[in-house]
Amino acid sequence: MAARRSRIPATKYPVERFNLDNGLRVVLTPDRSAPVIGVAVVYDVGIRSEPEGRTGFAHLFEHLMFQGSENLEKLAHFRHVQGAGGTFNGSTHLDYTDYFETLPSNALERALFLEADRMRGPRLTEENLRNQVDVVKEEIRVNVLNRPYGGFPWLTLPPVMFDTFPNAHDGYGSFDDLESATVADAADFFRRYYASGNAVLAVSGDIDVAEATTLIERHFGDVPARPAPQRPDFTEPDLTAERRTSYTDKLAPLPAVASAWRVPDPHTDFLGYLPYVVLAEVLTDGDASRLVERLVQRDRTVTSVGGYLGFMGDPFDVRDPTALLLQAHLPPGGDVEKVLRTVDEELDRLATDGLAEGELARTQARMATHLLRDTDAVLGRALRMAVLEQQRAEPGLLNELPRLVGEVTDEQVRAAAAMLRPQRRATIEVIAGGAR
Amino acid sequence: MRAPQSRTKKENVTATVDPAPRTLPPLGPNRKLKLPKQAERTLANGLTVIAVRRPAVPLVELRLWVPFGRTQLARGAMLAQTVLSGTETHTATQIAAELQKVGGGLAAGVDPDRLMLSGASLVSGLGRMLELLADVLTGATYPGDWVEIERDRLVDRIQVAQSQPAHLARTALLKRIYGRHPYAVQTPEPDQVRAVRPPVLRRLHGERVHPAGAVLVLVGDVHPDRALDAAEEALSGWKGDGQPAELPSAPPLEPGPLLLVDRPGSVQSSLRVALPAVPRTHPDHAALQLANLIFGGYFSSRWVENIREDKGYTYGPHSVVEHSVAGSVLVAGAEVATEVTAPALLETMYELGRLASLPPKEEELEQARQYALGTLQLGMSTQAGLAALVSAYAGNGLRLDFLAEHAARLAKATVEDVAEAGARYLAPANAVTVVLGDAERIAPSLATLTPVETSS
Repeated sequence: MAARRSRIPATKYPVERFNLDNGLRVVLTPDRSAPVIGVAVVYDVGIRSEPEGRTGFAHLFEHLMFQGSENLEKLAHFRHVQGAGGTFNGSTHLDYTDYFETLPSNALERALFLEADRMRGPRLTEENLRNQVDVVKEEIRVNVLNRPYGGFPWLTLPPVMFDTFPNAHDGYGSFDDLESATVADAADFFRRYYASGNAVLAVSGDIDVAEATTLIERHFGDVPARPAPQRPDFTEPDLTAERRTSYTDKLAPLPAVASAWRVPDPHTDFLGYLPYVVLAEVLTDGDASRLVERLVQRDRTVTSVGGYLGFMGDPFDVRDPTALLLQAHLPPGGDVEKVLRTVDEELDRLATDGLAEGELARTQARMATHLLRDTDAVLGRALRMAVLEQQRAEPGLLNELPRLVGEVTDEQVRAAAAMLRPQRRATIEVIAGGAR
Repeated sequence: MRAPQSRTKKENVTATVDPAPRTLPPLGPNRKLKLPKQAERTLANGLTVIAVRRPAVPLVELRLWVPFGRTQLARGAMLAQTVLSGTETHTATQIAAELQKVGGGLAAGVDPDRLMLSGASLVSGLGRMLELLADVLTGATYPGDWVEIERDRLVDRIQVAQSQPAHLARTALLKRIYGRHPYAVQTPEPDQVRAVRPPVLRRLHGERVHPAGAVLVLVGDVHPDRALDAAEEALSGWKGDGQPAELPSAPPLEPGPLLLVDRPGSVQSSLRVALPAVPRTHPDHAALQLANLIFGGYFSSRWVENIREDKGYTYGPHSVVEHSVAGSVLVAGAEVATEVTAPALLETMYELGRLASLPPKEEELEQARQYALGTLQLGMSTQAGLAALVSAYAGNGLRLDFLAEHAARLAKATVEDVAEAGARYLAPANAVTVVLGDAERIAPSLATLTPVETSS
């Protein structure tokens, strides 16, 4: 390696871990550089676990966790967080659901109280359920139905690539399924998945570890113990023949296409998985990346191209099966076939000739910046560490990611590129129904 | 990695004993707002540089604000789209690759007030990022082939934007609010973009991309004085001067009939209500901000609790005071189901009217105040947040110490102050309302509430 390269720096966020008797796993990562904290509770249940006939239920249930709990009326959670100067949210992913707040640090105990209260039990009522079904339907309209490229490709590509319900179905859900949801379904879902043994609590930022530990024991210690459910096997075999589907988006003015290829198991084969994370960036990060140079600048067959790991853009918080995705928007009348052929050609070229001098090092330096930038927000650290604890029992991996990404070699990236063959590819094409 | 250890509970409470209600723990003492270390210097060429230390991660954030008001719309947009397309010494690809080497990247954007160049890199790469920035500022060449590529891409992007309801509603609202002011139209038409050629961009760059009046903000793991030195070394060769273009003040809102913009087949209606507002430095600003929060500016507001959490009309209603150089405006927006468009508007007008005609409750004000003060702390707690804040302030002639001043005003505002601001700024009688949706389905019911004027 003759190329001059930036030394990849690392963070040294400290990590404290412990378990409560009820099985709740706890991660603390103090950093007193600003008077703010992040609090995250992550439950090991997501879109893949929702039952057939109940598409969208994991997400709907996430909404119900904000509708009051054992000691809190409806609206109280929001008011108590924001009235402490904080912000909150929750989000539903393929493999987990998170709930989080970021607050001035004087609100630590309040945030713990709020999270513990709903871990003991949300108020599941018919009225709240109907109200949140309406809200979720508006969320789906605003994000999917009333806009061009809604759900592309995160909702439209999985059913092309996968055959089983858990991996293939629409995680936002059909209106029919959402409307059929009952309070009994919700109570059952809570009992099964929202167990103390199925959850991780992470607190980051301006905390004293001993004090935070005492407060966590005070508020979460008596959450009734329930074990984690057995996680079903979601594996599916790799594709052996190309799959391709198209649909007309009546609002879309321009064609678009996305392809996905399966990648190694991010948990059992992390070192085999990392080269794909780097490959996505080599292909698409910025004006000096392979596919931007070729497709956008030279051929002008696409107007934009992006590449990433995971259907929700989640390289380090998803389990197998997952994929590397490439997506592109084309100019009016663009030729999808030609774009796919060119991508194959560029992958071949990369697999055959390898990377140019310095190409890998500069990509890795840029990736380090992105990773470090994500951890600068106190909440980002709590969320990431909570999921790393849940899925890998290794929250400190967050500190290691820039270095691990930096250790991926030319040879590994070439080998990864060689695996992205057309016969392993699933493709979804958007036909521009709104072209003028 | 050590194995997790179990700790024993100190309190012996079980879930089966008396379920006495638990009470919300009080907040600890507020920590005082502490401003980070910073330094500022105006270079001989007129460029102001502000460096702020936040060492949390080994990165540095860069924001360069260049005043850009009254620039011809399509040309300005194309300049931002192509300013990084090559210099006398580097091609676009080389610029991107050289930046990547230090973990860096730069992007350019415009709005009616400014051209903004922004980026972040490993802190060890600050010098190199500044060199490349200087190269772009002093030597951007706008090569013909790149301009052509980027022109087509911008046209495509505009077409995609024009298919998005939020963009269409925004466009109609700006036009309605600003009339003939330069803020009225902020997205060029594809044909205007297609007409822009490289010589025009070179000329525009020469006329307007000047250090005088521009502000460079650097935030991160830097020693402020040394960061200023680095900026001075890299950027003192950036020259050029010309007349700064003053924007006329934004016109006052002129209430009138509801403007209904037809979007046949739309499954939601985009509701937008504009109300008068004041700049950050105005004595009413803190009270207005609190009144806006109580109305619809955060989740725990009357409007959100009403139309989302009670009625389920919408997912994410939001109301915000928008500050621009030539004026400020309050905009409330919600995407609501088509069949409840009129009821949603009714509730919106009700909540505005309630705040305009009745004082808020003391506890509502306290909750909004805590939120406003707390989110100031949160906004300053990342390098990127701090950089955005310092740059937005500096572009409007303010410095970070204004934050402390603003916090003091928020802390002092009384129920009377907020009630007065509610009456003055949130009165529905002052509102300019635009609705984008399926006119055939929503016009009749909207017309039962207010006069409606339809455009397609």
